[in-house]
Amino acid sequence: MEADPHHNPALGHHFETLEQQHDTNILGMWLFLSTEIMLFGVLFTAYILFRVLYPEIFIASSHFQNATIGAINTAVLIGSSLSMALAVRSAQLANRRALLIFLAITAILGSVFLGVKGYEYYEHWHEGVVPGFQWTNTELEPRAQLFFFLYFVMTGIHAVHLIIGIGLVLSLAFRSRKGSRYLGESFLPIELMGLYWHFVDVVWVYLFPLLYLIGRH
Amino acid sequence: MAVPSIALNTRRHYLNVNYGVKSWLLTTDHKRIAVLYLISITMMFVIGGIAAALMRYELLTPAPDLVESDDYNKLFTVHGIVMIFFFLVPSIPAVLGNFLIPIMIGARDLAFPRLNLLSWYLYAIAAAMTMWVMLSGGIDTGWTFYTPYSSAASPTLVIPTAVGIFIAGFSSILTGINFIATIHRMRAPGMTWMRMPLFLWSLYATSIIMVLATPVLGITVLLLAAERIFRVGIFDPALGGDPILFQHFFWFYSHPAVYIMILPGMGVVSEIVAAFTRKRIFGYRFVAFSSIAIAVFGFLVWGHHMFVSGQSAHAALMFSILSYIVAIPSAIKVFNWTATLYKGSISLATPMLYALGFIGLFTIGGLTGLFLAALAVDVHVHDTYFVVAHFHYIMVGGTSLAYLGGIHYWWPKMTGRMYNETWARFAAITIFVGFNLTFFPQFIVGYLGMPRRYHYYAPEFQVLNVLSTAGATVMLVGYALPFLYLIPSLWNGKSAGPNPWGAAGLEWEVASPPPPENFAETPIVTVGAYNYGPVEEKIG
Amino acid sequence: MDGLPLFPQQASTAAGPIDLLYFWMIALTIFFVVLIAGLILVFTIRYRRRHEAEVPQQISGSTRLEIGGMIPLLGLALVTFFWGAWLYMDLSQPPQDSLEIYVIGKQWMWKSYHPDGQQEINELHVPVGRPVKLTMTSQDVIHSFFIPAMRVKQDVLPGRYTTLWFEATQTGVFHLFCTEYCGTDHAGMVGSVTVLDEAGYQDWLAGEGTDPVGMGSTQDEGQALFADLGCAGCHRMDGTGPGPNLVGIFGETVPLEGGGTAVVDENYIRESILDPQAQIHEGYQPIMPTYEGQVTEEQILQLITYIRSLGTDANQSDSEQP
Repeated sequence: MEADPHHNPALGHHFETLEQQHDTNILGMWLFLSTEIMLFGVLFTAYILFRVLYPEIFIASSHFQNATIGAINTAVLIGSSLSMALAVRSAQLANRRALLIFLAITAILGSVFLGVKGYEYYEHWHEGVVPGFQWTNTELEPRAQLFFFLYFVMTGIHAVHLIIGIGLVLSLAFRSRKGSRYLGESFLPIELMGLYWHFVDVVWVYLFPLLYLIGRH
Repeated sequence: MAVPSIALNTRRHYLNVNYGVKSWLLTTDHKRIAVLYLISITMMFVIGGIAAALMRYELLTPAPDLVESDDYNKLFTVHGIVMIFFFLVPSIPAVLGNFLIPIMIGARDLAFPRLNLLSWYLYAIAAAMTMWVMLSGGIDTGWTFYTPYSSAASPTLVIPTAVGIFIAGFSSILTGINFIATIHRMRAPGMTWMRMPLFLWSLYATSIIMVLATPVLGITVLLLAAERIFRVGIFDPALGGDPILFQHFFWFYSHPAVYIMILPGMGVVSEIVAAFTRKRIFGYRFVAFSSIAIAVFGFLVWGHHMFVSGQSAHAALMFSILSYIVAIPSAIKVFNWTATLYKGSISLATPMLYALGFIGLFTIGGLTGLFLAALAVDVHVHDTYFVVAHFHYIMVGGTSLAYLGGIHYWWPKMTGRMYNETWARFAAITIFVGFNLTFFPQFIVGYLGMPRRYHYYAPEFQVLNVLSTAGATVMLVGYALPFLYLIPSLWNGKSAGPNPWGAAGLEWEVASPPPPENFAETPIVTVGAYNYGPVEEKIG
Repeated sequence: MDGLPLFPQQASTAAGPIDLLYFWMIALTIFFVVLIAGLILVFTIRYRRRHEAEVPQQISGSTRLEIGGMIPLLGLALVTFFWGAWLYMDLSQPPQDSLEIYVIGKQWMWKSYHPDGQQEINELHVPVGRPVKLTMTSQDVIHSFFIPAMRVKQDVLPGRYTTLWFEATQTGVFHLFCTEYCGTDHAGMVGSVTVLDEAGYQDWLAGEGTDPVGMGSTQDEGQALFADLGCAGCHRMDGTGPGPNLVGIFGETVPLEGGGTAVVDENYIRESILDPQAQIHEGYQPIMPTYEGQVTEEQILQLITYIRSLGTDANQSDSEQP
């Protein structure tokens, strides 16, 4: 307290120490993620309820999902998590070049995932399984629209999270392109970014089997 | 830039440190953000109040005469949405909590000052959207948005309203995250949990609910909006969806939200009762932990809004018994506040009038809640004016009295000025009388069977409705008065000094208004809250 | 009825017991409000601040008092809970011998269908002294059926049947309200429940009660529909068709394909019409098409009334007839 707390630009004016600032931010991010868990929890609850009510319809509908593409996309996203983790490590080690490379890889893999997802949506449009807009499929009974409603809402909200994540990763990369920003002891924003990114991935790890792999034992 | 380590220069404070619109709209000072909230919340309160007044005047006669049915339905919807999401939920946390949490724990700001400003912007955007909806056609679903009326039948602007509420929800979530992180990590040395003012305990409990319950509402209204866009969805029974599921999701937030609204009020009352008796709160630990108990049990009772909805009788039994259990911690608080008065040094200044009014009205509101938790009685009174009376005793008699009490208690701290005490007491008594005249007859008319949300009604209910409207008129006058003495006090109020009430607490040790950085040096806390003297007597 | 009533009429067997619980809670409320307000008043006067610098003695609290206070509160709470729950269980179990009436709610009217074919709009005629069970559904949004004088209320949902029952104890005309907000004219979705003595009720059934709005009887409409929709082709009365014989099936417990049983009640028949594959009677093929979108709620009730009229297990002998 006797020292002027404003000597370090990485330390907010209202914190006493870097450690306090770090712990507070990590706690804040976990609180935010707990909010996100509750948000997705509602969707999972609805999914479970209707899957129990209409098991055959869910199985029949999930056959419209291409499990191979889904598996590839899962691998892409897990790869992006790996590169995000390496980005955090590079920031801690104050390696700016590696940080930029890994952030770029993370953003690219995230974008690949979105691209593939977009292709799947395009396919669904042609199969006529988009409730409310393009429901021309005759193999499925009308109640299958419930499955596809949940499918589009769940993957859509997941995609929105990913788009936000990619935006944040790119802006962090942009701001760390010069100087020592986010490097060494000021790596906190990269670490927070990592927490968020891993969360978005974990959500997908649950979505994939629930939406793609029903009835494929 | 360096903070002088000498005694604070009382001439430099958060209000005069810089001027201009930009210095306010881009501020990250929790005190300025609190003021921004105070202004915007007051505006929303006025709008919600006008809607309420129009409804009361429509109900003066049994016939539909003042407005059309569709307009009446839009009035009670906008009243509910504005009062709940834009007044009651943010009122005490975002204004008083924002201003006081850092000062009470000896910190320079909240943990995330920029996030705090973002909260206010989200609030402002959501409020603007709701106002836009109101002016361009309105929405008529009631604040409860029950499906399938809201998803398939209502011809009004449901989607933009849902988006507005989603945004307002995120404002609330970010505030909750900020408060929890601040209370956990920003406390000054020596400020242990058991030394914290009870206001902070109640805001901590509130924040837990905000963080864990609000997202459920957010995603539920988005699902509702998606259902209108896709024209198919999980709440629509036409294709196998379940409208009761919506009610479960909705009340999973909206019941805990009742505690978001009342817990901060309880915290304010604890502060005021301590200050105007000059005593520690009797049973500090019990009052503190009862806030946490309310927050936890509050998550388990949502189904008591659905006793006649068609849910199973077994579920109804569980929700009923849990509702009785959640009443116990509330009762503990009431008894402990009352016990605090015992052998106190009681001053009936304006804040204390509000606090005592709160205790009385909250007692009535809480006990009438037990009528609604009793299954067989709820079957009769559900969705009648009995329910309307009950929750207004909690929300208006409770929360808004506590809010006004808190505003009057901390006004000298926020502005550095005293207000006219005579007028302030007169206003408090006017509001109290008007409130009871408005809502007490509604218990009777509710048990008689008058349903809520009725634009016109059977003639035998008229006398009680006239009483209610008369009371609303008195209350209207009561609510107008604070504008007339609080605003002028900014110019001609007496200078307050750091501690006009002789109260204990860190907020009364800094200057009024506080300096931008709150504390020149981080304080070191050695005593608990309400340190008015050594504990001389232990009962039992 | 004008003037200033302060308490609703008690017109059903449920009203008295529910009001008693209500009075018990009013007594509790008065007791605690007087206690708290009295203590506040006494303390505020007795311990008013005498001079500006006064500092009272500090009391930290008492764990014994807190726990000791909580136990009686919990006791009172539990007594009230069990009392309310006990009455509620009563309300949720209609007696076996109830008079069965179907009700459809729609924006913004109530239609009722009596077992002998009478139909009413925004009115309901029932006899005094006999339990009446209403089986209700909605054609659009959620409504709620509320008769204050009987102390009964039940939400009326689209897509499923809910029930309520009451037994009127006095004759007269009573309010019927919709209590779940349902749009523009929610306040206009009101009607009256007329309780008649047995003789008056029989007169009503025989006289003006029949066909008051120019419609045929529910049962006849159902029979015609049963033929029009081709139901009779499979559900043959002699049991030789590919579908189950429906004579005498109402109220029976039937075995299901894939195990389990189901009671053939209104909800089961409704589901079998709209989603025939959901619960199939054991020994039958899943060949019935869905009638989703082809029949209205009213027509479903007509079919149910007709199927019901084919006899229950109590009068199996009727099944001899074609």
